[in-house]
Amino acid sequence: MKITLKLFATLGDLLPQGASANAVEVEVRDGCTPNEIIDRYQVPRELAHLLLLNGVFVDKSNRDKPIVHAGDTVAVWPPVAGG
Amino acid sequence: MAWANKVLRVNLSDGTVTDEPLNMDWARQYLGQRGLASKYLVEEIDPKCDPLGPENKLIMTTGPLTGTMASTGGRYSVVCKSPLTGAIACSNSGGYIGAELKNAGWDMVIFEGKSPRPVYLYIENDHAELLDAAAIWGKSAWETDKILHRTHQDPQLRIACVGRSAEAGCFYAGVINDLHRAAGRSGVGTVMAAKNLKALACRGTRGVGNIKDPLRFLQATEEGKRVLRENAVTGQGLPQYGTQVLMNVINEAGAMPTRNMRETQFEGAHSISGEAMHEPRKSDGRPNLTANAACFACTIACGRISTVDKEHYTIQNKPQYWGNSGGLEYEAAWALGSDTGVDDLDALTYANFVCNEDGFDPISFGATVAAAMELYDLGLITQAQTDGIEFKFGSAEALTQAAELVAKGEGFGKDLGLGSKRLCEKYGRPELSMTVKGQEFPAYDPRGIQGMGLAYATANRGACHLRGYTVASEILGIPEKTDPLSTEGKPELVKAFQDATAAFDSSGLCLFTSFAWTLDDVAPQLDAACEGEWSAEKLLEVGERVWNLERQFNLTAGLTSKDDTLPKRLLEEGANVGPAQGKVNELGKMLPHYYEVRGWDSDGVPTSETRQRLGLA
Repeated sequence: MKITLKLFATLGDLLPQGASANAVEVEVRDGCTPNEIIDRYQVPRELAHLLLLNGVFVDKSNRDKPIVHAGDTVAVWPPVAGG
Repeated sequence: MAWANKVLRVNLSDGTVTDEPLNMDWARQYLGQRGLASKYLVEEIDPKCDPLGPENKLIMTTGPLTGTMASTGGRYSVVCKSPLTGAIACSNSGGYIGAELKNAGWDMVIFEGKSPRPVYLYIENDHAELLDAAAIWGKSAWETDKILHRTHQDPQLRIACVGRSAEAGCFYAGVINDLHRAAGRSGVGTVMAAKNLKALACRGTRGVGNIKDPLRFLQATEEGKRVLRENAVTGQGLPQYGTQVLMNVINEAGAMPTRNMRETQFEGAHSISGEAMHEPRKSDGRPNLTANAACFACTIACGRISTVDKEHYTIQNKPQYWGNSGGLEYEAAWALGSDTGVDDLDALTYANFVCNEDGFDPISFGATVAAAMELYDLGLITQAQTDGIEFKFGSAEALTQAAELVAKGEGFGKDLGLGSKRLCEKYGRPELSMTVKGQEFPAYDPRGIQGMGLAYATANRGACHLRGYTVASEILGIPEKTDPLSTEGKPELVKAFQDATAAFDSSGLCLFTSFAWTLDDVAPQLDAACEGEWSAEKLLEVGERVWNLERQFNLTAGLTSKDDTLPKRLLEEGANVGPAQGKVNELGKMLPHYYEVRGWDSDGVPTSETRQRLGLA
């Protein structure tokens, strides 16, 4: 299935070729987990501080669950803040 | 003891300057800066006074750690009654002016009355005098800075001043210091100009003495710096991407106020984000961002230094804008960009330059332009009012022309200088103003971040993110993640953020340290520097006291619990997209409990028990 992966801030360097505006469409297996995706693109888990699935935060205890579905957007940031 | 123990009182009406000792009884209760200056203001003016009349006072104030080696210890604040809101105003800025004032030996300067002619205050250590401002009145903040440096032949002179927008009566003019930093919110610059006061020019060479325990202070500040350095946000995220890293975060979370808060996600967010500021431009291969920058004593360095593409329409024939200048922070980028629907990074950067050059708040300006664009969209404003400008959402030309008009107070710029509330009232649609207590919203839609709705509604200076930044918890997970779509626990969360923030703002330190520090990190630094004993618990109590003092000022000024609310749009129209789709802000569920948590009655008035507990009775 296809999903959109977005890596921001310092994680942007880890995006595969073809990415634009910090986003890329990728093919993943059905029923995959957030951790499978970030591992595949070599995002250190400790730097995946903020992980949003379709805009909703996924805490670390739920990142090994098969919650990613076709058409979803997974967006990841290291620890960031502003104001 | 870190305080200089000296206040400069400037009577602008009769042209006198006198010094007096700092009220140390108040300093022990209110610490400094925001808290202590608010105490002086409450004691010295009638909260019902005309904010633009001579009876209002304007206080430029430092904190006990301002000018010291504590990381970020360069902050100062401008405190007065706000013309924008009618509430108490306290606007905080970094740069170097605060440290310079402290190094000249002053804790604060109290300006009272109104000068019969334009003047500026010149300070060189103990020496202070009012000087004629004829040569700088009518000049921009940048020109003023240049002229004063030339006049006094001192490259190290630090200057805080107002630009032409303040002189023209723009309700949201700020006080610009060091060219690119601003006490930006609530119209404190408007008050300064109304007093015929153009600038403070200051040189201080004495250093900050009287540190209670110098060795312990060295150790405590070094430990504080280590924590900032090793924290991923303050050690890496903020220096590299600045506050602008939030643009994509908030947009993905569906809490990006867009087109006057009609929508909650902006399709152009990436083009104006912190990431985009790093990308090379097509025309010259250079990125928008040149470098980061730090204020006095800061070890974070979140400031942005940027350029506009020389080929961009805004500056093609204006070489004065071709160099580096203060770049976009998240709040400015949101207000100038997403809220107006403009995704042209160069246009936003140029508009931000103009805001700095002539000293007006880019948040209030952008939000007012957005309101005007909605009025234009509805046919309530036409090109007859806008000087022929097509004032459509998404028009970069409208945005940048509007900035130029507000800067000089010309044409439609006079209407835009009213701020969103007065503008929407003038054109018969007050409900289209996205404000609380007359102050425009910052960059977080409270339908998608419920706690921020309560924080906005109850902020003592009107809608503001810097009075209780629950975004840190609700979105960013600092110090702990909470659900942004839930109201549960939010009254307690908002109160905790509000009180802690008031303590940070009274210390002389930057609030951004709170992404890594708690009050447990601040207390040892203050305790080593200041007379008395300063624990985290005591600082939290100071924060709560300051909050209630400000509340009492506002209540006496005539504000009531009816002002603790949000625009109808946010309470009745569901978010159009994103995780909060269909949701409104549920302020009604949170506000009564917030009053209880605060120790206020059902009308939002601090009870006598609360006042007595905090020493406010």
